[in-house]
Amino acid sequence: MTAHLLSLIIFTPLLGALLILLIPKSQESLIKQIALLATGIVFLLALLTFQTFNPGQADFQLIEKAVWIPQFNVHYFVGMDGISFPMILLTALISLLACLGSFGIQERQKEYYFLYLLLETGMMGTFLALDLFLFYVFWEVVLVPMYFLIGIWGGPRREYAAIKFFLYTLAGSLLMLLGILALYFNSNPHTFDWTELVKNSFALGFQKMVFLAFFFGFAIKVPVFPFHTWLPDAHVEAPTPISVILAGVLLKMGTYGFMRFSYPLFPEASVWFRPFFALLAVIGIVYGGFVALAQTDFKKMVAYSSVSHMGFVLLGLAALTQNGWNGALLQMFNHGTITGGLFLLVGVLYDRAHTRDMNAFGGLSAQMPVYSGILIFFSLASLGLPGLSGFISEFLVLLGGYQYHKTTTALACLGIILAAAYLLLMIRRVLLGPLNKKWQSLPEINTREIFTLVPLMILILAIGIYPKAILHYMTPALEALLLKVGGTLS
Amino acid sequence: MNVAESLRFFIPEIFLLTGAFAAVFVDLFSKNKKAAGVLSLLVLIGTACLSKHPEGSNFLFFGLFLLDSWTHFFRLLALGIVGVTILSSLAYKALPSNDEGEFYSLFLFMAFGLILMAASTNLLMIFLSIEFVSLLSYLLTGFLKKDSRAKEAAIKYLLFGSLASGVMLYGMSLLYGATGSLELSAIQAGISHSSFNTLSLIALLFFITGLGFKISAAPFHFWAPDVYEAAPTSVTAFLTVGPKALGFAVMIRVLSVGFPWLAWKWKPLFALLSILTMTIGNVTAISQNNIKRLLAYSSIAQAGYILMGIAAANETGLKGVLIYLMAYAFTNLGAFTAVIIASNHFGNDELESYAGLAKRSPFLAASLTLFLLSLAGLPPTAGFIGKFYVFSSAIQEKLFALAVIAAVNSAVAAFYYFKIVRIMYLVPETDRSPIAHPFPLKLALVLMLTGVLLMGLIPSPFIAFVKGIFS
Repeated sequence: MTAHLLSLIIFTPLLGALLILLIPKSQESLIKQIALLATGIVFLLALLTFQTFNPGQADFQLIEKAVWIPQFNVHYFVGMDGISFPMILLTALISLLACLGSFGIQERQKEYYFLYLLLETGMMGTFLALDLFLFYVFWEVVLVPMYFLIGIWGGPRREYAAIKFFLYTLAGSLLMLLGILALYFNSNPHTFDWTELVKNSFALGFQKMVFLAFFFGFAIKVPVFPFHTWLPDAHVEAPTPISVILAGVLLKMGTYGFMRFSYPLFPEASVWFRPFFALLAVIGIVYGGFVALAQTDFKKMVAYSSVSHMGFVLLGLAALTQNGWNGALLQMFNHGTITGGLFLLVGVLYDRAHTRDMNAFGGLSAQMPVYSGILIFFSLASLGLPGLSGFISEFLVLLGGYQYHKTTTALACLGIILAAAYLLLMIRRVLLGPLNKKWQSLPEINTREIFTLVPLMILILAIGIYPKAILHYMTPALEALLLKVGGTLS
Repeated sequence: MNVAESLRFFIPEIFLLTGAFAAVFVDLFSKNKKAAGVLSLLVLIGTACLSKHPEGSNFLFFGLFLLDSWTHFFRLLALGIVGVTILSSLAYKALPSNDEGEFYSLFLFMAFGLILMAASTNLLMIFLSIEFVSLLSYLLTGFLKKDSRAKEAAIKYLLFGSLASGVMLYGMSLLYGATGSLELSAIQAGISHSSFNTLSLIALLFFITGLGFKISAAPFHFWAPDVYEAAPTSVTAFLTVGPKALGFAVMIRVLSVGFPWLAWKWKPLFALLSILTMTIGNVTAISQNNIKRLLAYSSIAQAGYILMGIAAANETGLKGVLIYLMAYAFTNLGAFTAVIIASNHFGNDELESYAGLAKRSPFLAASLTLFLLSLAGLPPTAGFIGKFYVFSSAIQEKLFALAVIAAVNSAVAAFYYFKIVRIMYLVPETDRSPIAHPFPLKLALVLMLTGVLLMGLIPSPFIAFVKGIFS
């Protein structure tokens, strides 16, 4: 069973997708069952990795390698280390929960679940691929299903949002492809293999150029400040489960790319670009926070809060310290669970009220007490309340950032204050005050919806109380990586 | 080699010619015009089976016909392209049923002409074979005699084509005047001297103009959109792939045999040509509302990407051209087959008619989407492998500006390819009547789909095949 565990994780959803293709579209419940089964199996397989994954080891584990295109030295090469491990868990969990959350979708279900499972294959592959060619293929495989998922099942401006997302990301990834090719032709021997590439040391000028090429690919995905304009559109227009996937997993592909490829492959360039990186991170944190504060659309607010929170990941990376990197990776995981949860909650409300205008609500805490409790829980986690997971990762990032640059870090703290402001404002507008008469018959959150949220809450609480449980899986790999880049330990 | 010795190597082509005449006779004496089509298909398959991989370079007919692995590759490619074209014409409704037999036999002659193009290294043969293919192209473009737009397009094509041929012929005459030979290798030996630089460059420019017309490279592309739009769709499918591929074959032959010493001059020229072609093709394609016209401009842009491989002029680039051409043949023929199926039903080629196609015929819409993804160069399709190769060659030669412009172009291209996808999937249908998939068209579609996916997922056999040509 464990022999091809990673391949099973990657290709089980694809298998499910192909199976769905064979089923007539009238068999809707069967299609749903298959989708749930596939995502469920992937989740169990991801849990299985706990058994075999050795947290003390920094190297790649569960490696699978086979020749794919010998003429270009391309391999099917997948492996897992302390960096991809939390991402796989996150992807498996979010995919399963968002699949449950998709059951409310009534239209064109066969296509929906087919694309959904295809998307999961792409995401898993992106996080596990260790051959740049393979990585690029999976990276692009994510794009097309996402275009359809936003474009067919999205909100009123879905077509615009879908094509904007698609073109933005495609433009970035094409530049990344050029970077990958440049890397291939400048490595000796020519290779796409990550483990071989890190052994090369490239000239600084070349490093800078390729770092930039990769930067466009990853920065657009994260999104880093000037490249973020696709995000509010895509997040707002996407159907709830897809927003959850977007925020929970897709954004992490960008920061994961930085961590896995940009920093170790171009260590000198990373140090050279460090001030710009930190600057863009802080702009993202503060700008995202202010724009979130100005929103009246619930979903848009959460979307902009993502820009702000992902800024912390970048700041942690730029710090090049152990704390910063631990914080960055943990923040990737935590943002996935917390913001994923928030998007689910926005969806719960929208399904009932068919509006996301926060000013239209008020006093819902009396009408929907359970919902309100959960919403407050996630909001507190998002604004960094000690005892919940968001606090740990942001604290670590700031700790690491402080060692690098004090002013920048001080400015980043503003982001936390802003988060408190926009989230508490949201709570006041939606949950407190007098109940709007219009919502007197609003039904309480149902069991299925609660079921999609509870696992996230458990994770948020558990990591908040005992972060070592997850940190000790990450630390050895991050330490080794940091040494390669030339950052400071401790 | 003299004629008697040569014939032994010429069996596939003789078979093909005999088959072409046989198809003419079947057309004359049989009421069932489809029989000529089926016969033509069998002839093409037979020719492909008869053609063996040649060993070394065989100069046939006193050196007028060169049979080497290069010729062999393009021979198979030409046979495949013509085969799929005939297959997709079998159920194409717009063809007048009385003249159908003639249509198929013309295509067999066309296949013969294309093979000649691949095989010629002699200026005279190059000119004759190109003219042969061009004349057939004009005929086929105007094949729908009652369609005034097709007639107009055919005349336009003829005028443009004649001009291009004339220019090319003038370039050839300069070369002949300077060296006294028509043989490319002899010309190379005779003029690869710095005092001939200007003359050779002028001659080469004229040559490129003529061939640029064939491959519809900007700025020699003006005929293409009108011709592609007005010609019968299966002819358009063929024209965007067949003459273009063979045009590249001749172009590379001329450059690598005749003018390798001038590479430092023509490489930047081709880089410029490449940028111009892809940019003009892509930018103009954005505003098109007719799918044939859109694909016409897209095929101009595709030629631009292929030119990247020539501009790089390294081994990766030349292999890249061949791999790209293979991928492009699968993709574009597939896309046009889908268009034929749709236009059989709609009776037009307007993009609006494709609204909601995903619901009316999920298979057709999904196939067309896959072909468009391949044209856009997204993995895991054949188009990605092709793009990967030409991008590689540019990066390897450090042509970074060219590579970046091509990358930006690819993103622009994705925009209009997804315009079609959007209409098929996101716009609700106006008509619900189911769309018929006649067997020959379905077969062509499935074959091309298989090709696109197979080449995208398991590219190594295809690459190995191309590599064999260079070893």
